Amino acid sequence: MGMTMTQKILAAHAGLDHVEAGQLILVNLDRVLGNDITSPVAIREFNKLGIDHVFDKDKVTMVMDHFAPNKDIKAATQCKMCRDFCNEKEVTHFYDVGQMGIEHALLPEKGLVVSGDVVIGADSHTCTYGALGAFSTGVGSTDMACGMAIGKAWFKVPSAIKFELKGKLNPYISGKDVILHIIGMIGVDGALYKSMEFVGEGVSSLSMSDRLTMTNMAIEAGAKNGIFAVDEQTLAYVAEHSDRKPVIYTADEDAVYEETYVIDLSEIQSTVAFPHLPGNTRTIDNVGDVKIDQVVIGSCTNGFYRDMEEAAAILKGKKVAKNVRAIIIPATQAIYLKAMENGLLKTFIEAGCIVSTPTCGPCLGGHMGILAAGERAVSTTNRNFVGRMGHPTSEVYLASPAVAAASAITGKITDPKEVM
Amino acid sequence: MKFEGTVIKYGDNVDTDVIIPARYLNTIDKKELASHCMEDLDTTFTSRVKEGDIMVAGENFGCGSSREHAPIAIKESGISLVIAKSFARIFYRNAINIGLAIVECPEAAEAIEEGHLVEADLDNGVLLDKTTGQSFQTAPFPPFIQTIITNGGLIASIQNGSVQ
Repeated sequence: MGMTMTQKILAAHAGLDHVEAGQLILVNLDRVLGNDITSPVAIREFNKLGIDHVFDKDKVTMVMDHFAPNKDIKAATQCKMCRDFCNEKEVTHFYDVGQMGIEHALLPEKGLVVSGDVVIGADSHTCTYGALGAFSTGVGSTDMACGMAIGKAWFKVPSAIKFELKGKLNPYISGKDVILHIIGMIGVDGALYKSMEFVGEGVSSLSMSDRLTMTNMAIEAGAKNGIFAVDEQTLAYVAEHSDRKPVIYTADEDAVYEETYVIDLSEIQSTVAFPHLPGNTRTIDNVGDVKIDQVVIGSCTNGFYRDMEEAAAILKGKKVAKNVRAIIIPATQAIYLKAMENGLLKTFIEAGCIVSTPTCGPCLGGHMGILAAGERAVSTTNRNFVGRMGHPTSEVYLASPAVAAASAITGKITDPKEVM
Repeated sequence: MKFEGTVIKYGDNVDTDVIIPARYLNTIDKKELASHCMEDLDTTFTSRVKEGDIMVAGENFGCGSSREHAPIAIKESGISLVIAKSFARIFYRNAINIGLAIVECPEAAEAIEEGHLVEADLDNGVLLDKTTGQSFQTAPFPPFIQTIITNGGLIASIQNGSVQ
């Protein structure tokens, strides 16, 4: 029986010629990641092992992004715990304020992940790197601790769902709309424990940031990982960011998929996920009149440079509506700098937005834009659970940067075509 | 492993943000995390949960964030076992890794109601609703996962060489 892309990567990293769905295997890791929230628990568990070093100081990465810049004394204490650990263990890739960005935008940009890698991260959106043709998945802090200690993790080999992409996206439609459409179609547990494999002629028309956005939200369908077939664009991206050689895995002709969906990208419309599940989606023409108090454009889902460009193109020369707070968060320092050099920050500020240093902040209700009781936000982030961005009675509507920017101008959820 | 406890029941898609809201993730203190457990879904949970109680839930329990603080908060609050129709995968492995007992059993999770007294014999995979007398059979864990569970979690399994 043939193997999927994911199964081939896992087999190679377990030293096996063949694996099958359901098999439990111990896999060698190319990278172990944590952030300022999950790493402290991992460090506490790591210290129980009585080991004085990490398995490979170049393959452990910690990024201070969630409650950093430190939002309070407790957050500062957690970041300090990570900083002290990384200094003591001589961890090469420790990213603190000044170097850090939102972890899942930062790792590809720094060339810390290449095609064919196996990466675990104590953050559920670690599945993002599948855009590069890597196997990456979110785990908990204990897995991170053991990964840092022995460089291995246990996995049940996943079965897979194939998404055959064809056609091209229309203007103002992006990867966010595609993945929200898919989650709306299959549900928030539609890919539970499975891989989502994206293939087909439509892949080449998607930018790397579209792909990163789509694999980022694979977890919102319950998936173990999302992964894109590697093409020339992937290889060009990897070559630009890393000295390491990518390894390309393609699915066998006779690979078994539990289901196959054909997605015509030209039919995707702007899509919004209503509270309180990412699968609770509506196309923009069915949204109705939803007034908003806040807009957030950023996060590991949509804080890439291209997202900034798309938002700026809509906000240029316009003003944010009265009584709407628009918060723009470029995901990394490099994206921030490029947005500054190319005048995007000027566009945002002139429109009445604020531009923040990279942080996960508002996405998880941490800081930098918390909602009061009953308030509503349109956000380019990835979750709209109860209380996700603040008070338990507040509401988050997930959308693309284009929809979020258009909504900032009108003060209600708006089709970008209406303001252009 | 055997458990007996009173049931506290929730619905589908209980996410880790309501199990332990992110605003409390600036600590790793287990007791402090437990003091906010389930807060955004059920403000009465922390005052009514008793040591040994059993949590029963629907589909996709523990979806969302990978925060291990979620199973830690549940375990520290006194819950001995979580029975659900299905678990989100990161929560599932986190629970096993930290030694919080969980079992997937759609029939039991459907039938057992809030306040019922439940006896669980995980060695034989039997769940008994003592309030109604109805019993349910669950599938055993694979041997590798049983090794982690019987050794008291992943850290202990690495320490004693059961996982290398």
